[in-house]
Amino acid sequence: MENKHSILEMDYIERQERIALKNCGLIDPERIEEYIRYEGYQALAKAILKLGPEGVIEEIEASGLRGRGGAGFPTGRKWRSGYLAKGGEKFIICNADEGDPGAFMDRSILEGDPHSVIEAMTIAGYAIGASKGFIYVRAEYPIAVKRLQIAIDQAHGMGFLGRDIFGSGFEFDIELRLGAGAFVCGEAKALIASIEGKRGMPTPKPPRTNDKGLWGKPTILNNVETFANVPPIIRKGSGWYAGIGSEKSKGTKVFALGGKINRTGLVEIPIGTPLREVIYDIGGGIPDNKKFKAVQTGGPSGGCIPKEHLDVKIDYESLQEIGSMMGSGGMIVMDEDNCMVDIARFFLEFSVEESCGKCTPCREGTKKMLSILDKIASGEGVMEDLDYLQSLGNVIKETSLCGLGKTAPNPVLSTLKYFRDEYEAHVKDKTCPAGVCQALLEYYITEKCIGCGACKRVCPVNCISGEKKQLHTIDPVACIRCGACQEACPVDAIIKR
Amino acid sequence: MKTFEELIALKEEIIAGEAPDEIKIMVGMATCGISAGAKPVMQALKDCVEEKGLSKVKVKQTGCIGVCRLEPMFEIFEPGGRRTTYVDMTPEKAVEVVEEHLIKHHIIERYTIGAYD
Repeated sequence: MENKHSILEMDYIERQERIALKNCGLIDPERIEEYIRYEGYQALAKAILKLGPEGVIEEIEASGLRGRGGAGFPTGRKWRSGYLAKGGEKFIICNADEGDPGAFMDRSILEGDPHSVIEAMTIAGYAIGASKGFIYVRAEYPIAVKRLQIAIDQAHGMGFLGRDIFGSGFEFDIELRLGAGAFVCGEAKALIASIEGKRGMPTPKPPRTNDKGLWGKPTILNNVETFANVPPIIRKGSGWYAGIGSEKSKGTKVFALGGKINRTGLVEIPIGTPLREVIYDIGGGIPDNKKFKAVQTGGPSGGCIPKEHLDVKIDYESLQEIGSMMGSGGMIVMDEDNCMVDIARFFLEFSVEESCGKCTPCREGTKKMLSILDKIASGEGVMEDLDYLQSLGNVIKETSLCGLGKTAPNPVLSTLKYFRDEYEAHVKDKTCPAGVCQALLEYYITEKCIGCGACKRVCPVNCISGEKKQLHTIDPVACIRCGACQEACPVDAIIKR
Repeated sequence: MKTFEELIALKEEIIAGEAPDEIKIMVGMATCGISAGAKPVMQALKDCVEEKGLSKVKVKQTGCIGVCRLEPMFEIFEPGGRRTTYVDMTPEKAVEVVEEHLIKHHIIERYTIGAYD
């Protein structure tokens, strides 16, 4: 059979629909000419010369575009509120503070097609009447920062930024602001506080940032991927965009596939694509013939989706119904070797560390939940702990100040719901079915032992006994489960159970 | 830049500026590509193309196309629309591709994306 030579011929690429990523991997991101060659800045020209501010907002509304940072707020409605907001000075902010573990969608767009974000922000500024935009980008993304600055300078040079854009009298400029990597700064109000030079902490809503945002002025804040969808919508029309996706959620979503999946990487799919298709047909399934256990979407704010729900269509509502969320686009696949208690603990630990500490439910509550999970993972848990986790999680969700706290319990609540048997195994049987939680494991020497003594020599607590050329044994009480013996054994006679 | 026509004219001018027999090599130079070793691959391509005097060949950088696991990678775009994706590259393999693909016009099957996925 003829080999496939081009990426375009690959089945997993053919199943995708690239809108936000359309230029990524095709153009040189440091040359504005290449962006212009592929229809770049035509949307800005059309917005200013043909549509006018209201026309732009109507197009975005009609397209059905929703926030790709995860919450899914309708972008057109947001822009309209910015347009209607009173007050002379207004701001546009691009949230490029991508922080979910395993997520790199925004980085790819910024590195691969920075002009698309700059063009979109300028269109947004024109639509709502703002003359200044900020891109809040992580300092840990140096290549993105460098290419954004190059793109801004080039856009200035060509007159797509600056004064009197397309002869309309409209003026717009964009500056970069570097974030120091605090997860909470991805939250709109904390991000704004950080730009203002204050400590990045959220404040209660209302007022919403649309009315009182940066320096108290009306501010429209969108995520990188949301912006990247804007130029194609304006150029090709809302009707085209609204024809892609599901009934309630239009367009595409970019996901970063990671974890126990064959084809890790970035994919962009029409919203409404079944999860199974993404994991098996596009992602290539689970490596080493292992069994699929769950997929985690939405990072530390999301939940774990079990195999019963593999046929769920990926959209904002459907994922929320089953206890997860679309999130910014991290998709981490787990197989039979992953312990769900351990996974819940990993994500919760992230939220505990990143909690800004301002509101009590998030600061104290998540810490308490983590200590219960630690207890369960070390075999000290009791059945009441599971109910306590559940009720504590619900309280934190309802009473936290910002999105970080409101969603932090999700990884625990969703695993409790779908993998309760694993929690019960830790509590009742004091075992970890996946063989992950060290405290619940026992190292055991099987009949394969040749009595060479290699394990005995490496054991740091001298808990292995046995005569030369005889079967050795491990004292389970003294064993600290470091695993050194298993590594030293030349015949793989030592197992965990 | 004041009118739509001006912008379209600029676009046409950019396209017209490309030689019809130009061959483009686009090297994945996003974080994923660079961390997998794309910089030495790109340098090897540039050096080799210059050394062999392949004046029609342009070596350029691009972003992430999404298959980060196969980085470093580059794609060769040829007149007539042929596109070949070479993956899991090293500087040595890149030199081999220049010699085989660009000079002798043989695709090196085993380095293409189809051989990997």
